[in-house]
Amino acid sequence: MSTKHTNLVVSSAPHVIDATDTGSIMRDVVIALMPALAWAVYIFGYRALVLTVVCVAASVIFEGITRKILGRSQTLDDWSAVVTGVLISLNISVSMPYWMAIIGCFVAIVVVKQLFGGLGENFANPAIVGRLVLAIGFTSHMGNWVVTNRMSLAIRQAAADAVTGATPLALLANGQEVPSNLEMFLGLRNGSMGEISALALLIGGVYLIIRKVITPEIPVSFLATVAILSAVMGFDPVFMLCAGGVMLGAIFMATDYVTSPITSKGKIIFGIGCGALTMAIRAYGAYPEGVSFAILLMNIMTPHIDNWTRARINGVEKGGAK
Amino acid sequence: MKSGKTSVFLNGFIKENPILVLILGTCPTLALSTQAINGIGMGLCVTLVLMGSNIMISALKRIIPDKVRIPCYIVIISTFVTLIQLLLQAYLPELNKSLGLYIPLIVVNCIILGRAEAFANKNSVFDSMLDGLGMGLSYTVTLTIMAAIRELLGAGTVFGYTVTANLITPMSIFILAPGGFFTYGCLIALMNKLTEGKAKEKRAADKCMGCAAAQLCSQAEEGGAE
Repeated sequence: MSTKHTNLVVSSAPHVIDATDTGSIMRDVVIALMPALAWAVYIFGYRALVLTVVCVAASVIFEGITRKILGRSQTLDDWSAVVTGVLISLNISVSMPYWMAIIGCFVAIVVVKQLFGGLGENFANPAIVGRLVLAIGFTSHMGNWVVTNRMSLAIRQAAADAVTGATPLALLANGQEVPSNLEMFLGLRNGSMGEISALALLIGGVYLIIRKVITPEIPVSFLATVAILSAVMGFDPVFMLCAGGVMLGAIFMATDYVTSPITSKGKIIFGIGCGALTMAIRAYGAYPEGVSFAILLMNIMTPHIDNWTRARINGVEKGGAK
Repeated sequence: MKSGKTSVFLNGFIKENPILVLILGTCPTLALSTQAINGIGMGLCVTLVLMGSNIMISALKRIIPDKVRIPCYIVIISTFVTLIQLLLQAYLPELNKSLGLYIPLIVVNCIILGRAEAFANKNSVFDSMLDGLGMGLSYTVTLTIMAAIRELLGAGTVFGYTVTANLITPMSIFILAPGGFFTYGCLIALMNKLTEGKAKEKRAADKCMGCAAAQLCSQAEEGGAE
């Protein structure tokens, strides 16, 4: 239908249309992840880049093949498989064998995303589930935290064999010396490839907020909850914010449109829930780190949060219309 | 269609497979299918209890008052379960240990109560025995296959023997709860594919026959809720 040369346009909503589409949003997310990826390559070497390329290729290929087998239209141009691939690679250890990373991509794209209906229908963040399946499925490889010469002294001294060593959160749990807050903030430490530098992740986060790809509610409430709870529990808030996957999770994983609430109020509840669960797992759980479990649990809660925070219809009393 | 006794016996393997089509006894299936040997052990215990209780309930079907039939079935079933457990404790203490709580829980296993309600109280003693044997053996085979898949993927072994020569790192999530659900879902999907959905249709019609509340339930008249 062409409405180009008429003065009066009659159409249904939405009335304001711009160039933003799923593809441009996802491309912005990929761009925002580049500082973290560049930092990973600087710290861990070229294997970080190769692993990322493998994950992206695997995710894209799985997405294409699955949709072809299921007889659905191809959606590769929305870039969502690329984002999932990058996020999976940034969420695993750099020493992870390639075939294991590919299994993670399979779980994320085929099982979590496409079997539930593709982008927009998945109940959980594909990259989170992919990471968790790898973390539980290949515990020893996932916990193989590579130590390099570019990391802080505390990390290198604690590394038993000078190749792999405990992450800062594990050092803290064992009561050993941890890197300083500045070293933590810059990312002179080991861990999952993309989680190590809070600075690089914050740059990406600010870019996403300026580009209006994400709104600040979830990251801010998530990070604030972690900071307040760690102060209450007697941990160093700055260390807790920079350690583990909090920054990566709060900025890039918890803000996934599909698996987070719609309203502002709902997003704040979601962020607080993520932060509280993260700190509960860190302080009392069997695992040293709990960001991905926290986000997955809150993903499952999202439909309920949306239901609780449903916007009131104008002119209708509270609790009136359902 | 095979006639008479053979079809009663074979019914359980594909068309009314208790695990994959009737979706009965899910809890022990998921919990015990971590090792193939557990699958065989649990399966045979269930088979013996199922045969015994089917024979007994079929024989007593005219004596048991309709209103209190479920408690009566439970008493009969738990008698056989107690027998099996005492036998296991005496002769196979290791298997008894690895099956643990799931042996006494056979009492409330839906497969046994379901077959008592759906088959044994309407059919002859011999047919009921065949039904119990067929259902029990198909439960055993299915549980063992599922357990072997999980043991292979999760620990790299089958029946305790290493088959991957330690070349591949086993994916330990498969012997944990999530792996159980993955494997179960994939097997059900495979079953539906193999039977082209015929087994699924059968399930909808049969669902209420296995349900103790069928007489009280309005959905039973409409062929069951989905």
